[in-house]
Amino acid sequence: MNNFHPFVLPFTIGTVVLFIILFALFVKWLLQMDKTQKTTALKNIISFKTLKAVWEAVRECLFHRNIFRTNPVLGYMHLSFAFGWFLLIVIGKIETTFYSGTFWDEFWLAIFFRFFEDTSVTFSGSELFTQLMDACLLFVLSGIVLAVIKRFYSKIYGMKKTTKHTIVDKIALTSLWCIFPLRLLAESATAGIKHNGGFLTQSLGNLLVGLPLEHITLPLWWMYSIALCLFFLFMPFTRYMHIFTEMLLVFLRKWGVTENNQKTGYTNIELNACSRCGICIDVCPLNTEAGINNVQSVYFIKNTRYGTLTKEIADNCLMCGRCVQACPVGIESTLIRQIMRKKECFNNKDYYQYIPDKEEKQISEEKEVIYFAGCMSHITVSIPEAMKHIFAAANVKYWYMDENETICCGRPLMQQGLDKQAETLRQKNTEKILSSSIRTLVTSCPICYKSFTEEYHLPIEVLHHTQYIDRLIRQGRIKVNRSDIKVTYHDPCELGRGCKIYEEPRHVLHAVAELMNVKMEKENSLCCGYNLANTQLELEDQMKIRNAAINNLTAPKPDTVITSCPMCKRALQHGINVNIKDIAEIVDENIAK
Amino acid sequence: MKDFGYSISKGRTLNYDNSDFSLKKTLEHDVVSYCRCIGCGACASTCSAAKFTDFSIFKCNMLFRNAKYDELEQELSKCMLCGKCTLVCPRGVNTRGMILEMRNLIEKNKNNNE
Ligand code: SF4
Ligand code: SF4
Ligand code: SF4
Ligand code: SF4
Repeated sequence: MNNFHPFVLPFTIGTVVLFIILFALFVKWLLQMDKTQKTTALKNIISFKTLKAVWEAVRECLFHRNIFRTNPVLGYMHLSFAFGWFLLIVIGKIETTFYSGTFWDEFWLAIFFRFFEDTSVTFSGSELFTQLMDACLLFVLSGIVLAVIKRFYSKIYGMKKTTKHTIVDKIALTSLWCIFPLRLLAESATAGIKHNGGFLTQSLGNLLVGLPLEHITLPLWWMYSIALCLFFLFMPFTRYMHIFTEMLLVFLRKWGVTENNQKTGYTNIELNACSRCGICIDVCPLNTEAGINNVQSVYFIKNTRYGTLTKEIADNCLMCGRCVQACPVGIESTLIRQIMRKKECFNNKDYYQYIPDKEEKQISEEKEVIYFAGCMSHITVSIPEAMKHIFAAANVKYWYMDENETICCGRPLMQQGLDKQAETLRQKNTEKILSSSIRTLVTSCPICYKSFTEEYHLPIEVLHHTQYIDRLIRQGRIKVNRSDIKVTYHDPCELGRGCKIYEEPRHVLHAVAELMNVKMEKENSLCCGYNLANTQLELEDQMKIRNAAINNLTAPKPDTVITSCPMCKRALQHGINVNIKDIAEIVDENIAK
Repeated sequence: MKDFGYSISKGRTLNYDNSDFSLKKTLEHDVVSYCRCIGCGACASTCSAAKFTDFSIFKCNMLFRNAKYDELEQELSKCMLCGKCTLVCPRGVNTRGMILEMRNLIEKNKNNNE
């Protein structure tokens, strides 16, 4: 029984090289992680989390449940490739183990079994295995048919855009597409001679009998092996790298590793885990509303990975988070973008020396909360006014921290990669906040809220005013009347997807008005178009994005549209034909006297 | 806040022959709304930085047009990118994009001249 033939060499070399490259890259990336990331991962390796990660890796990397949820046809395509191929390898291996009586046979035997199979050797279940393997092959082939169709008509997948490919990608893609049809042909040709095929390969083999099979069988097996080899050799440099990297990412994430403020090995792992499925393109308002279709996560990730990132791609993004929400792999592309925007040349001076150091005024009286309206609230003054009334009605003594003059929380600078400047503002604000002994900080601006909770590390409680008003109502400190006006609610990006605050505002609104549902809400809400993270967008495009948000909010014909962000309010105000109010204003109007 | 009213600016002499206007062309291309600024001052009157120091966008604009890059570099880093100016500008100028792009261009220019 000789299980060797030179045609297995391309496959063997390809596989060995692939695993050496994979191993080297993974080790490199893991070592490149920074210290906190490493310790977090090590701390959690031996825990339940690892088991959970195994389950998630199976669910996502084999079954692609998240893609299924977004798009069943696309999900089936990924499933048939990943799971079908996996089954071919596993069942094939079991089959050869039975056949050769040992698990440690030549590792290519499972891949090229029909060629080497000695039909005089019988082993238990051989007929069943043959049929099973054919079924798996058919399963994978069905995925390939879909993939080919997708390449030419991406409409049936409900996707408006398909991603563009690099040359290397094209070679890998072509070889991938060839692998299974070639396997089918090679096995069928062999079946035509040896009669060892299943329902698929034998039927096709019988059709081929008229041809000079002795001459074409071997070339087919050679081509099959070469296709595998090409795919394996090119894989680490293409999108297909995601197949293995995604698994690594699932484990690291379950162990608690997160993106840091620096580009680390973990960032590289995230970049390589993108499958370029293109789901992020269809949810991006820049694409759907403004027709800008070269900056979305998938392109940003691709360019960052290959070192071809341009300023235009990095900067033209609202950081609205819709793509992160939709991404089946869960890649934190907005955080990576923030890292890639870092401008080291602007991080070396002392900034904002004009801001006075000391507060002359001491906060003497006992006060319950610090109120920080935020820059934007100073141009939508009705919001802090309403908050003043609410504080008064609830009999809350408060310190209006930025009543006369305000310095920014620093988040807009962070988002543009001006870390040193942001840090200076954070220090100034922190000093001021901690100069009082008040333990609760309430802010009206979701941008400030996100900054205070995630970037400041304050030792005190921070609340957005929606949360604070909700608390006042629940504690009965303010009594409100329920009016019969119909309202819809706009989830600001920073408060909703950014801080996951969806329930408190809705609870408050149910208490004061009749809240209607809109089509895109909560995680799926639309950006108002003015998100500060984008400095590239011109007014015309901002307005297009804003109009889409307005249409969504006014579709159920509400009397008033409610938001909880001064900037969203200001943005939506100009194009809308119904009332628009902040949540604080509508509460203020309905306080029971 | 600064006292409201008028004051007389210091005299300036500009030598247009010695000035380099290539950066201005680039900015006009990169931030198209830059040309729409009418110097109305709405941005400066709401500006967070202007509450503490005499910073204003139209002054920056003027310095840029006159290629006074050294002085301008100091000015531009006073901005906090808070975004109030963009929301009040009656001409829809992308003020923050303009400020950042000016900074980038000046930085690039410095490196080129070195
Ligand atoms: S970023 Fe996520 S959604 Fe976008 S292409 Fe990559 S994997 Fe798909
Ligand atoms: S964060 Fe928003 S604007 Fe940016 S790429 Fe994602 S969906 Fe598009
Ligand atoms: S508000 Fe707009 S138009 Fe007026 S000076 Fe500022 S940037 Fe120029
Ligand atoms: S973004 Fe800069 S220029 Fe505009 S208001 Fe804020 S601090 Fe002033």
